[in-house]
Amino acid sequence: MARVRPGEAANPAPPTVVRVRIRFAKRGRLRFLSHRDVARSFERAIRRAGVPVAHSHGFNPHPRLSWVGAAPTGAASEAEYVEIGLTRSMEPGPLVAALDAALPAGIDVLAAAIGEPPPLAERIDASRWTIELPGVAPAQLRAALDALLAADTVVVERITPGGRRQVDVRAALVDAEVSARAPGGGVVESGVAASSAAAPARHCAIMSAVVRQLTPAVRPDDVLSALDLVAGLVPPVPAKATRTAQGLLDDRGDLVDPLGAVRVTARG
Amino acid sequence: MTTDVFSALEALLPRVAKPVQYVGGELNAQLKPWDSVDVRWALMYPDAYEVGLPNQGVMILYEVLNERSDALAERAYAVWPDLEALMREHGVPAFTVDGHRPLGAFDVIGVSLSTELGYTNLLTSLDLAGIPLHATDRTVDDPVVLAGGHAAFNPEPVAEFIDAAAIGDGEEIVGDITDVVAAWKAEGRPGGRRELLLRLAGVEGCYVPALYTVRYHPDGPIEAVEPVDDRVPATVTKRTTTDLDAWPYPKAPLVPLAETVHERASVEIFRGCTRGCRFCQAGMITRPVRERSLAGVGEMVDAAVRASGFDEVGLLSLSSADHSEIAEITKGLADRYEGTNTSLSLPSTRVDAFNIDLANEISRNGRRSGLTFAPEGGSERIRRVINKMVSEEDLIRTVSEAFAQGWRQVKLYFMCGLPTETDDDVLEIAGMAHRVIRAGRAAAGHNDVRTTISIGGFVPKPHTPFQWAAQAHPDVVDGRLRKLRAAVNADRKVARNIGMRYHDGQPSLIEGLLARGDRRVGAVIERVWRAGGRFDGWSEHFDFARWTAAAATELEPLGVSLEWFTTRERDRNEVLPWDHLDSGLERDWLWADWEDALAGQEQDDCRWTPCFDCGVCPATGTEIEVGPSGSTLLPLTVLNPLAARSDVN
Repeated sequence: MARVRPGEAANPAPPTVVRVRIRFAKRGRLRFLSHRDVARSFERAIRRAGVPVAHSHGFNPHPRLSWVGAAPTGAASEAEYVEIGLTRSMEPGPLVAALDAALPAGIDVLAAAIGEPPPLAERIDASRWTIELPGVAPAQLRAALDALLAADTVVVERITPGGRRQVDVRAALVDAEVSARAPGGGVVESGVAASSAAAPARHCAIMSAVVRQLTPAVRPDDVLSALDLVAGLVPPVPAKATRTAQGLLDDRGDLVDPLGAVRVTARG
Repeated sequence: MTTDVFSALEALLPRVAKPVQYVGGELNAQLKPWDSVDVRWALMYPDAYEVGLPNQGVMILYEVLNERSDALAERAYAVWPDLEALMREHGVPAFTVDGHRPLGAFDVIGVSLSTELGYTNLLTSLDLAGIPLHATDRTVDDPVVLAGGHAAFNPEPVAEFIDAAAIGDGEEIVGDITDVVAAWKAEGRPGGRRELLLRLAGVEGCYVPALYTVRYHPDGPIEAVEPVDDRVPATVTKRTTTDLDAWPYPKAPLVPLAETVHERASVEIFRGCTRGCRFCQAGMITRPVRERSLAGVGEMVDAAVRASGFDEVGLLSLSSADHSEIAEITKGLADRYEGTNTSLSLPSTRVDAFNIDLANEISRNGRRSGLTFAPEGGSERIRRVINKMVSEEDLIRTVSEAFAQGWRQVKLYFMCGLPTETDDDVLEIAGMAHRVIRAGRAAAGHNDVRTTISIGGFVPKPHTPFQWAAQAHPDVVDGRLRKLRAAVNADRKVARNIGMRYHDGQPSLIEGLLARGDRRVGAVIERVWRAGGRFDGWSEHFDFARWTAAAATELEPLGVSLEWFTTRERDRNEVLPWDHLDSGLERDWLWADWEDALAGQEQDDCRWTPCFDCGVCPATGTEIEVGPSGSTLLPLTVLNPLAARSDVN
């Protein structure tokens, strides 16, 4: 352990007594935040809100925040999770309210629960994504998706800061379905929308997909790359992806909320 | 109402690096309704968001302007070439990050010129905004392009591209300019753009280049700079904000979502510096010293920490340990923030004003970063020339104490290419670094101590005693630094604990051209920009050959050259391009200080010795404003919104 040097203030950091798990959203233009940007915003909001966060010990104390499966830069999310270590026990309710008020609009705290075993990371193994593809006809998306689901493996390459990585999109894709947004804005069944394929520019095909969190993680961009690979589907304008849920995949293909049943939600 | 370009921009953002820098939405950002005001300002920082966002000048003016009921201010930063290309392809204009409104829709574009190497980025922004590059081509509907910041003390190289320059402190002049623009618009814009410019030229500290003609001697130098209209003053004197306690800005610092170069709240503890370092333009053009009071600093730190959530507060000034109550400030703040992991930093400290108690106070509640000092010159002789009178004994004593108290790293800043400098002056840096390590090891009782020496090329700047000096050629600077590296490494026993950082000398030469250039240099900037010059302050984008080629093409037919503007020493009688802009410093005093420099004569600080008549106080109607106040900071009742409600175990 770090030795206290002469003249150096002994690190006063008190220990973690409780962990609070938080579900939050990354919305609107703030979807362009990277994970590091989100983490920094949380650290500052925690200080502004006066949350009694625990700090690591040593020379360069850091607030104790544990992150799981952050949504990529550019992807929105309604289901991001973080666990905060606190130096004193407190009700999650006031914490949610204070933290939400201190965070920038667009990072919005949705719910919280006191951390119980098992750890948060063991409560999440899949995500549900909604991917909007403006200008793509639902029938075209359905055909591409059928081709993807029919394959045994669909490996795409992603360029990361660490070099090129190959990911098998098919292996991670649990389930996917297609709907469409009508010109008026409402969501209609794909069969109905497919009949109006004459005006493709006014279409917005919507894919809902459940993706298992493997290593490396399969991101919405990878799913789109896979659709291009198997069916030549290239959206005319960038697709918009939103994570709507994370959790443990159950027998019926649903995701079990990692916060559990005993949780508080923000603003009712 | 003007249109919001965000939806068009949004489609491009997934395709660029770090899109977060273009979306705005920072904590404490402001967005006023477009139609609620008479005068709309875009404050543009012509460099990357990560550099521009923490800029104090922009933050101060943003708040000052937005507090007016008749004005709004939004911010804009340079876009990287990846987004620039997409914006051109898809016809998306330059925008503000607050309202994503097109720059061309604003009344005034205030451009912060902190560094000359940002000039090409200014042209990119104007062009992307659809604003004609040349002021003479603009119509009554185009914004007024107004330069400010330290480089605006010689705006001649960008005179073609700007409509006006605000000289000196900005807090009050932005209000005066707002009044002029508001009245002109309310009257139905009489006399068009020219009348507006004439009225702006009547604002104290506001320089309108188009209203002056420049004549040149056949052999190169300027013959005369003369106003073209009776309403235009022959010289423009800088503005000076006095009583800093009355200007507690920024009150709510912007907190970026993206990562930026300074991740901290900054509180300016005083403005101006009379230490008299002869190379330092900032110290010369911001006189006299005006301190914020102990109580004023305490209030600003409290407001900034509450509003931002930053865990570090920088106590800014040109030489922070020189505040008359720095010990009381640091102790008072360390007491207030005990146990909150809030650290203080003093970004600029002189080794002779520093002591270990100060170091312990600033690191008491948080991180202990390394100590940084700037001896600037390696030899006692060169430090006399530049009037940076810190002794090696002071340095060794201070770093020994620091290493003994547990610090392990000291950074030392130097310059190379100073007037009268020889190889020996630079090589003495090696000896100083060796002695720092040896003394540090002895004091620490172990060998694990480190020093990093950073060396920058010296660039002579306007309104300093070195404004007449010949800039050293990059080959000379690079040669001396090679010899220095060899000398550092010659003592193998200590060299492994010494890091050395330097940049090659070529960008410094171009900075020198832009710093001391006249209006003829504008064509060089434009040619470089048209050839693709962007982000010249970034080594990965800077292209020396592009600059030398453009300088040869544009300058040599006129009988001048890159060398003529940089490596040539000026004589006393030469009309300098910025002589009609008055920083308050007497030209005769500057010349005498230049002669003193060459003779190795020191100059004292007028805060502690009698006035030596530099001229600033009488010229600007100001006086030195320093403490001590004799007060102390009272403990702060930290109101924790959660403390009252939480159930303590």
